[in-house]
Amino acid sequence: MKFKIIGFITLVLIVFAISCQNDGQVEFNRYYSGGSQIYQSHCQNCHGAKGEGLQALIPPLTDSIYLNSNKTALACYVKNGLKGKITIHNKVFDEEMPSSDLSPIEIAKVLTYVTNSFGNKMGTINLEQVTADLGKCK
Amino acid sequence: MRKLLIGVIILTLFNACKSTNNAKLPILGNAHEVTKMVNGKSATVTESATIPDFKFVNQYADTITRKSLDGKIYVADFFFTTCPTICPVMHRNMIKVYDEFKGDDNFRIISHTIDPKYDTVPVLKRYADKLGITGNSWWLLHGEKGDTYKIATSYLQSVQEKNPNGEYIHDGYFILVDKQKRIRGTYMGTDPKEVDKLIEDIKTLKADPEEAVAK
Repeated sequence: MKFKIIGFITLVLIVFAISCQNDGQVEFNRYYSGGSQIYQSHCQNCHGAKGEGLQALIPPLTDSIYLNSNKTALACYVKNGLKGKITIHNKVFDEEMPSSDLSPIEIAKVLTYVTNSFGNKMGTINLEQVTADLGKCK
Repeated sequence: MRKLLIGVIILTLFNACKSTNNAKLPILGNAHEVTKMVNGKSATVTESATIPDFKFVNQYADTITRKSLDGKIYVADFFFTTCPTICPVMHRNMIKVYDEFKGDDNFRIISHTIDPKYDTVPVLKRYADKLGITGNSWWLLHGEKGDTYKIATSYLQSVQEKNPNGEYIHDGYFILVDKQKRIRGTYMGTDPKEVDKLIEDIKTLKADPEEAVAK
């Protein structure tokens, strides 16, 4: 009897764990696939289909350390553009990225795509996070 | 008997493939009829369109004219350095062409800026450096806006000053020109497959006996 109860509780816990994970996974997939479309139409021309950038003109999007350490600033970069020197993979880039007219949800989607493609793996960057980050743009 | 037949078929196919390798590239542009004096008689001959004379300045501030391209097969395109749309794609692809033929002094790439006000010679030099291009294989050309827009039509290209959004409009084609200054092909510079075709066509053109003797 005791075993049955323990077995049942374990089963319930497993089901919960799977369904929670699935919720997270579903959200991730939704952001990621939407982000892929936005990337193609708004970012790919310059940053390339593989996030490879262009020589010393356009930085690649493959520097996970840079993306991670600037995670909360990324939304502002996408919205307002980026100017001045930045160091990516130990190379200095000093060009200007134009601002964009993407909405916060689109920014969240495209950031989820970029930070989980090209060898990056940072998980979902959702709307709440982007809204909060945008409120702190310099 | 059957073996022989198969052999003949294979040989035929092989030759069919071979003959396409020797294919000549078409001559594009509007051919026009010219009346000339031939042996004291007036005769009408068809002449193919050629790129007219021009004068621009490259990233090293050297003057480049039609004569600078004598004896050279070249590829032309139109761009501007601050272009956020198709230019990065075009030049990402053009680097492939550059890398393939940069050792050949009888080959050139010329990129005309359609925004000469911003793209001054130092700006073009800086762009070339950042793109990683050196030497004289790839010239970035600066000139009067009117001159550039006029030469664009000779390359069958359309360039517009600015659309209502304040953006420059231009075609993203790479144009292949032979030593006689005739257009031999146009390729969408944003499509990697077309750019591979361009590289193949340059090789075909270089192998064309008519090009080997042309000065």
